[in-house]
This record gives sequence, structure tokens and C-alpha cells, in this order.
Amino acid sequence: MTYRLVVNGAPTEVTVPGMRRLLDVLREDLGLTGTKEGCGEGECGACTVLIDGEVAVSCLVPVCQVDGRVITTVEGLGAGPPGDGSRTVGGAPTVDELGPLQRAFLQTGGAQCGICTPGMLIAGHAFLASAAEPTDAAIRESIAGNLCRCTGYTKIVEAIALAARWRDEGGSVAPAGEPG
Amino acid sequence: MTVDSRPSHSTRGQTVAPTPVIVPPTGPVRGRASRTDAPLRREGPAKLTGTALYTDDLVFPGAWYGATIRSTDAHARLLGFDLDPAFDWSRVVVVTAADIPGDNLVASIVDDQPILVPVGGEIRHQTEPLVLLAAADRDTLREAHQRIHPRTAPLPAVFDPLASTVVFAHYDLSKGDSANGLASADLVVVGTYRVGHQEQLYIENNAMIAVPRPDGGVTVHGSLQCPYYVHKALKRGLHLTAEQAQVVQAETGGGFGGKEEYPSMIGLHAALLALRTRRPVRMIYDRHEDLAATTKRHPAIVSHRTGVMRDGRIVAQDIEIVMDGGAYTTLTPVVLSRATIHAGGPYDVPNVRIRSRAVLTNTPPNGAFRGFGAPQTEFAAETQLNRVADALGMSPVEIRRRNVYQLGGITPTMQVLRAGVTGSEVLERAAEASEFERLRVRTAEARAARTGRDRTARGVGLALAWHGAGFTGSGEARMGSIVSLELTTDGRIQILTASTEMGQGTKTIFPQLVAAELGLPYEAVEIAPQDTAFVPDSGPTVASRTAMVVGGMLVMAARRLRSEVEARTGRAFPDSYRDDATGHGPTRIDQEFEPYPGVGFDDATYTGDAYPAFGWAAAVAEVEVDLDTCEVTVRSVLAVDDVGRVIHPILCEGQVEGGTLQAVGYATIEEIKLRDGRYLNDRLQTYLIPTALDAPRLETILVEAPFADVPHGAKGVGELPMDVGAPAVIAAIHDATGVWIHDLPASPERILAALAGIAPPEPPGISTVSPAVPPR
Amino acid sequence: MPAEPPVVSPSSLAEAYAVAARTDHRPLAGGTDLLVQISGEIGPTPEHVLDLWQVPELRGIAVRDDALELGALTTYTEIRRSAACAEHTPALVEAAATIGAAQIQNRGTIGGNVMNASPAGDTLPVLLALDAELVAGSAAGERRIPAAAFWPAYRTTALRPDELLVRIRIPLVADRQQRFRKVGTRRAQAISKVVICLAWRPDAAADRWRDVRLALGSVAATPIRAILTEAVLEGGRPTPETAERAVAALTAELEPIDDVRSTAAYRREVAGRVLHRLLRDAGGW
Repeated sequence: MTYRLVVNGAPTEVTVPGMRRLLDVLREDLGLTGTKEGCGEGECGACTVLIDGEVAVSCLVPVCQVDGRVITTVEGLGAGPPGDGSRTVGGAPTVDELGPLQRAFLQTGGAQCGICTPGMLIAGHAFLASAAEPTDAAIRESIAGNLCRCTGYTKIVEAIALAARWRDEGGSVAPAGEPG
Repeated sequence: MTVDSRPSHSTRGQTVAPTPVIVPPTGPVRGRASRTDAPLRREGPAKLTGTALYTDDLVFPGAWYGATIRSTDAHARLLGFDLDPAFDWSRVVVVTAADIPGDNLVASIVDDQPILVPVGGEIRHQTEPLVLLAAADRDTLREAHQRIHPRTAPLPAVFDPLASTVVFAHYDLSKGDSANGLASADLVVVGTYRVGHQEQLYIENNAMIAVPRPDGGVTVHGSLQCPYYVHKALKRGLHLTAEQAQVVQAETGGGFGGKEEYPSMIGLHAALLALRTRRPVRMIYDRHEDLAATTKRHPAIVSHRTGVMRDGRIVAQDIEIVMDGGAYTTLTPVVLSRATIHAGGPYDVPNVRIRSRAVLTNTPPNGAFRGFGAPQTEFAAETQLNRVADALGMSPVEIRRRNVYQLGGITPTMQVLRAGVTGSEVLERAAEASEFERLRVRTAEARAARTGRDRTARGVGLALAWHGAGFTGSGEARMGSIVSLELTTDGRIQILTASTEMGQGTKTIFPQLVAAELGLPYEAVEIAPQDTAFVPDSGPTVASRTAMVVGGMLVMAARRLRSEVEARTGRAFPDSYRDDATGHGPTRIDQEFEPYPGVGFDDATYTGDAYPAFGWAAAVAEVEVDLDTCEVTVRSVLAVDDVGRVIHPILCEGQVEGGTLQAVGYATIEEIKLRDGRYLNDRLQTYLIPTALDAPRLETILVEAPFADVPHGAKGVGELPMDVGAPAVIAAIHDATGVWIHDLPASPERILAALAGIAPPEPPGISTVSPAVPPR
Repeated sequence: MPAEPPVVSPSSLAEAYAVAARTDHRPLAGGTDLLVQISGEIGPTPEHVLDLWQVPELRGIAVRDDALELGALTTYTEIRRSAACAEHTPALVEAAATIGAAQIQNRGTIGGNVMNASPAGDTLPVLLALDAELVAGSAAGERRIPAAAFWPAYRTTALRPDELLVRIRIPLVADRQQRFRKVGTRRAQAISKVVICLAWRPDAAADRWRDVRLALGSVAATPIRAILTEAVLEGGRPTPETAERAVAALTAELEPIDDVRSTAAYRREVAGRVLHRLLRDAGGW
């Protein structure tokens, strides 16, 4: 069957079995391999995407349930707001192409092996978009469904808090000359 | 991460990410205000945009999919296979042991583990690989998988390591006379400690894609730590030359030792299928298979008899270790070796006897996991010492002050600790920064005033650890690792090494070290992909050797490159290297490992300098125990680690934080139960690691006591934090509740059993047996 | 890539009933249980799937006829955000907050929890304690099944093969008190070791407990009501003596098992301790 989704701002059509996992549609049918499979049971959060702005584990979402929905993956988080397709394509990304949350992760050391990172970025992004107060407890709850084995979570929480601070200080871009 | 202020419980707002606190060998603490010019993670932008390519992200058109048929017996004779005749077997490729072109052995220390069990051969553990399948699509593969039926004749299985008579390795270390020492002691404290399996739980499962080459060989792309281990295994098992076997590391989503040896097995499997199908074959484990079949941390039973004087001096230690190796040798002798050498803890005791053995059980083989034997025995050593302190009515800090190694101390292998002995310093810093004694007074007062109304109890605990840096004994010298540094024709600087990036920062600190030595900006130094076709064998990315040993070799290579170019050009390297490349042509420096001066080890007697240097660490943990349910919340851990030299503060701190949380998980919630030799916790729903809500506040202080025999002073950091976190948590649980938990994990079930006298759970790490196993 | 059985996605309840009646279809709500089973090859792959996600009649939270009604496809996030739930079923809101984490709560549904019929289902003790009714529907019409009769055996419900769970009705009871506690291995993404919901109605004098309900999960093959312990508490006050008798009754009444998550001894002891704490808090001593 044919399903119509908006993926990172781009209207997309896929003709696949309805019970195909959104994760497999993204990775295999659309070639968007940024979203990762860590467990296939919805426990690790590495496959987290946004569906209409809300976090979900794409390994447990059959594509028939997202017909007509708006999907955001890590590939859609760039210098601009997600889904505007403003990321440049091809070649290694530069620091300037990074959105503020990604830049915050880079600065604090929030990514080590990087496999949990796409899911963390999506969860972090949803948290920032919710405009909830960035307390330690609130940030940790927002990423409670994203397992990380490398970092101990400290620098991930710091990154999300840092991005929130940049946001609150006016503007979505990190201040120039930010210490690296 | 702060030294200065008390850990604050305020959750309002967040400051900018603080810079790590580093304590240099002399001088004041370099604190929060100081800027660092350490570079951003080299492959960071790719990881942050989803463009970094892990194995399953790689696309090979026309690739087939591979799967493994595994044993469901713990011990059996493999009689044959039945292929369901209703299935069209021409749609799949089936590979058995008979199809293995080389030796049916996964190359390791000892030749005992087959790649596939041959018909007529012996199955030694559940999930052991028997047959491989490949098909063009997953549905066909799934169906074929269900239609192959191994036929087996069960054999008696051994699950209890104390009952096993097959010994993979054993050690006997002796210093002084422990029997006399114990006899002379004012007090002898006895204790037995048991630890179960722990899963590395890298968030990216084991994965390999094998692609057949025109020359009859195979290229394997995979998630791995040690390209040349896989390379060696491919040569042996497939009868290939060094050129025909090519191993390329893909971006790797965590390893922690779990991808040290296992990739050889899965690489061989994928390669066998690729060679038979003449197509690329994808072997991507799902989490269930990875949990069920791959290596885990060795369970162990550690018994202590400690003789101590009333003034707190330990006069004797008699320690016995039984380690469960699982069904095959793999790296067990080396794990046992490290466990044995570290088993007394970082204390200079005049009379020590440590006897250890690692034995076979019919369970999946155990393997490397961060710490590599030391977390197991140092949990026992520290808990034992804390109990001794308790028995003497002495503070845990004080008893350590009186016994910790000082400069000139002698280890159980008779190594004289000549430099970089900072056990005292990390201990004092941890005690001071955490205000340990003050917290203990407070928790003691709370304990005395406790009533039935109280819901929770708080406790604080401390532990100290040491970790030998690099390979044990003569391992490093025998390996003969090489790194290369190239100045290319077009004027680029390129590092060629088999050392892998798996999140710990190899690809950042190596260019950083070389750039600093050459006087170039960080961006000017490249690091080539870890592809055995191009990079030399720098040894495995294990044993906390990457920064110290390989990084040290790189600095020397950079010095040689600089000298050579400057000698030719007569000008400083930064100003002249491009001209030199154009004029003179490329320069390649191959730096081979040179044994550290004065480091000698006798393998026969197991005496001498076990390690060129030691790292030292202390941890103070604060916990809160729910008095109704005995659930443990670890509120904070302060970690103080002497890493020799901090090359990159944020990456270094990241290692301490990550390792500490793995140790917290080890102490509290990570548990594997077994039945009939099979892991019951074989899905992420049942093998649990801490989430962000479970993770404590982690504070780190990095101490620098440089190792003089490497140019940059680094001693390694990856494993040190893993040795000390668990006993600190166990001590904190005791402080809160009054009970000592001797088994890991200190689950609520164990704590409640100790507190309320209910039936305790089964001991960790040992398989139960189903009541009535039906005859086959 | 797991198996992908054929699926139909009706856009009305009538359509869904027709499909359910026609062939052996496995209903699909938010997928947080069914897709785990299919991916994990836990049990046979369903031959046909009936996707209920687009059926509007299965959504919505409303107060109607002295009951709070939740459509079967109400997600945990919707429960957590619902003012009606906060007011009338705070225990259900608490339960929803302990399930998984944000990702699971956005997709997992109360109907899925009910139909999955796991003994560890976190909302099920709440439904038992609040005397909920499960409304089953088919082309033949609707019927209400009391929660106490809904889970007769391990992973089994009282629905007929052609029926779908349509909504959950929780009767509103003035002044009813609800308490909830889940004990799991970690703070998120944890299946419970013990899960308890206690409800009671203080009588007119507000000093004795009436209509006491004590429901537990993860201590039996199904979620249960501890009826012997309820009898101890019924008509009484939450005093230390009552608490001691109630704990003794509960620990005698329960027959939990050892499993991968916990032990029978722990479950029995902790169920008693949690009950004791709830009674102590209620009694203020």
C-alpha cells in the first residue's frame, strides 16, 4: 500500500507493507540511516523520531499508522528549524551546519560513540520545543527513554541545558566566539 | 564536577558546561575558570548530523542477509541437521563446519573454540554457533531458520565453577608469609564475595558485512575494536594471505571490550557466507542475539582472609579467586592474571598469598569488559577492607591511609613502585572534596535516630583502586605494535594506526598530540580510516593502552618527522613541511614499540614489573535506600582519577563519568540470571542499565602524576573508574542500612533479605537447572 | 527487519467490527506490545492485523453518566495531560507516568495495556481498584464487563473472538481516595516487580473506610484483588493494629513467583511493606 508522509519537510510517498516499521521505512526505503536500531523493543530510544512533533520509538510504529503525518529525524535538525530542508547535502558536515543543540553537544562532549546521539538529539529537541523549564530533573525525564552507555548522561544533560540557555538568551544560534 | 562547592541539590537553571577540574602534579588546582584549548571531537559533526556511517548504515547493492543457527543445549554431541524437505533449500546457502577452508578455529590465545561445531563434535554451551544461513531477503532467511533442526545427544553439563575440574589458567602469587602473618594478627576478618555476569551493552549491536574480493579473499566491514585480531582470525579460518584478508572498521557504537574478541567470530561467519554466495553478506545481530550469544564479564567468587593489627595495619592477606570462563578459553588467562595481580587492592601488605583459577562451565564464553578482571577482585578487596575498618571501629579513610602504597612499595609480583604513586593523594582529595567524614557523622546520627516513620536512609561510602596501565607483563613487548606518520606528497600529515575510535576520543587526541608536537593547528593533522590494507598493526584498542602506549609512540614518530624535515629544510617544521613535501617527496615514519626502560617481567615465575605504570582512583558514593522496598538511589558519585596526564579534559572526564555509571549499574541493577546454561536476561526489557533518571550526579577530579617514560605522561583512563565505583556504592549501602552485601548486584532483593531475613535470591552468576529436563 | 503481516486500517468502528468478525485478526493499538512480540518472534506471527489507530470512536476522554470514559486508544500521554483524569483518576495518571518513558507514553494506550493482559500491566490494578468496566463492542452491540471478571487467566481476556475493546468506564465516586505505587528495577522503562492500587471511600463521619479495594499486579498470573485483605480493612480505620493485620492477611493471601525480575519472597514482603506505608500515611502515624 502507498503511504504519504512528510519527512524532514519533504512530502514523501512509500509503497510498502503497512506493518513495516517506520524505522525500516526511514533507513531502508528512504535511505535515511541517521535513525538507529539498538534493540527493536522500544527500550533503548536509539530509533527515536518526532511524529507530529512528539517523540516516538520508530521501531514500534507501523507505517500504516503514520499515513499523512509529519516525521522529523536527525537529518532534519540542522542550522535552520527542523524540516526546512536547509541542510547541505554531501560531504562531511562542518560545525557551521550544526543547529544549536548539536553545537551544544559538541561543546560539552555530549556525544562519544554517537550511536545514541540521533535519538538524544530528537528527544532534546522536543524538550526545548516544549519550552519547559530546563531543570536537571525535567531534562533527565525528557531523555529517560534514551539509553546511553558511554557518557553517564552528565554531558548530555549539560548540552540540553546549554542549548536552553542560548535559546533563552535570545536567538537560536550560539553566540559568536563561544569557547570550544 | 566541582571541587569548591558542595554538590548542590538545586535544580534551578544550569550554568554553562563547566570545564573539568584538573589537579596537576604541582601547583594549585586548575579549576573552573580556566579555559582549555582542547579541540572539538574530530568526528563529532558527522555523529551529530546522523551522517556517520555505522556498519548497518553501509549499503552494498545485491547483499544477502546472514543468520546463525545456535545450540539450545548446554552440552551435547552434535549428530547432524535435519532440513525440512518442504522448504526449497535452493533459495538459501547453508554453511557448516565442513565448508571451512582453513582451520575451524577462532584464533585466540588457545586453539579451542571452533568457528562452527562440526557434526560429531561437541557443543559446549547454549547459543554456540552450529550452522550459517544466507538468503536474499529476510523473510526467506527467517523461514529457513525455522526449518533447520539440529540433532543432538545431550551430555552432562557443568554450571557451578566451584565444581568444575577443567582449569583454563591459574596463578599463585606470594609475598612474604601469609600464614605467619595471619597468625600474628590481632584480628582476622573473613569474607567471600560473588559477582555475576555483566553485559557491555554497547548501544550498537555486533555487526559485520563481508564482501568477497576478486583475489579470492574477503573484505570485512564491521563494528570492532581490534582490526588486526579479526584479520588474524580471517587468515587462519579462511586460509587467506595478509593481503587477501582486509578488515575495515566502520563507525563503532561502543565497545567496552565487548568488541575485542567477539568480532573475530562474527567476522568469520559473515566471511564464510560471503565466500560461498560470492556476494556481500550482512550479519547484523539484533539485541536478543547479541545479549544471548556474545561475551560477558567473568563471574567470580573471591574469598578473603585478612589479618590486621588494632592500629589498622594490614599484616596479611590470603585471597582465593575462582573465575568462570564459560565454555572456551578466549581471553580468560589474561583476565584472570589482571584480576589476580589487583586482588589485594592498592595496599602495601607485607604478607600476601593470592591463588586463582579460571574454570570451564557450559555457558557462553566470557570475555573482555572494561576493567578486565580488576573490577571483580577490587570490589571484593575494597568491601573486605571496609568490613575490616568496621570491625576495628576505624574510619574507611583512616585504614586506607595506613596501608595504601607509597613510593617504593612492593606489589604481590614483587614490583617496586618507583614513580607515580598517588593512592594517598587521590584518597585525600576524594575525602576532602566530598567532606566524607562529615557526611559519615551525619549519616551515623540519622541512623541512630531512625524510626519506623522514616521512608529512606542515606549513606556514604568510599573506595580506592589501582589499575595497571597497558598490557600485563611482557604482553606489550611481545606484540611489537607499530604506528606510522606520513607527510604526503601533497603536504598533508596523516596518522596511520589500527587504534580505533569507539567514542573514547582516539580520532581527536591522536591528531591533537601530533599537531602539538609538530607545532601545527589540530585541523592540519588527519587520521586515516582503520583499514588493515593501509594501516599498520598498532595492537588492539584495549587495556587502557591507546593514549599511553600508542599515543606515546605517535608523539615519538612526530618528533622524528619534525627532526627529519627540519634537518632537510633548515627551517622550523610548520614553515617548511609543505615545501619539503613538494621538493623532497613524501616521508613516512614507522614507529615501533620500544619497551619501557627498566620494566622487566618473568612469565615463568610471574614476578617483576607487571605494568609500566599504575593509575589510581578513589570514589565516594552517596546513596539513598528506600526502607520499604530496598530500592537504591545512587545520588552522587565523586570520582578522583590519576590518569598521568590529561590530554583532552572533556574527553578524559567523559571516560570517568561513563565508566563510573557502568560501575554503578554493576553494583545495583545489572543482573543476568541463567537457567540450564542460558541467559534469561536476553532482551533489553530484562537486562537493565541505568537511564538518565537513575544516573547519579557525577563529579570528577582529574589528578596528573605523569608517567615519565612516555613523552606526554599519560597513563590511561578508560578502565580505572570501573574498578572503584561498585565498592563505593556497596559501602554506602552499608552506611545507610547497616548490612554488608557480598554479592553483586546489590539488588533490592539481596538487601531486603539481609535486612528482613527473607529468603535471598540465588547466588549471582551460577545457572539454575530446570527441574525435569525431558529426554530427547 | 521483522515479519510484516498483512494489515487493514479501518477508519470507523463499524468497519473494524466487520473485520473482527470476518477472520482471525490481531488488534493493533499503539504497537508498543504487539510490535515487540512480532520483532522478538515471541509467539507466532499474527496472520492478520487489525489496525485501530485511525478509528475515531476509540479515542477521547469524557465524563458521561457518572463515569469517566476513556476510549481504548487513549494514550498514556493523553491520560497524563487530561484534567478530567487528574481530577477523577489520579491513580491512573500516576500509573501512566510510570510506564516506559515519553516515547512509549506517546503511543502506548490504555486499551493495549488492558488487552495485552500482562500480569504486570501497570494500569490494571488501578482499573480493578476503581471498579472499572471494560466496554466490549461488536456488530451485535456493546456489553460491559467488570474489571474483576476481565482477566480470567494468564494473558487472557473475557472478550469473544469477534469483540473489540471500545472504552473503559470508571465510575465516579464522591470522596473516593486512590493510592498507587509501582516498584520497578529502575526509574523509567521498567516492568513492575510489584504494583499496587488502593482505593477506599471514607464514610460520612470520614473516619472509617468503606468499599475498600486493594489490587495488585506482578504477584499472580493475572492482576488481582486481595479480597481477604480488603475484608480486614473494610469498615475499619488505618491504625497501626489494622495495618499489622492487613499486612499479615496480604502476605498470607499472595502467592507470587520467582522470575527473571524478582523473587516470590521479595514480592510478598514488599507488597506488605508498601501497603503498610500507604496505611501509615493515610493514618498519619
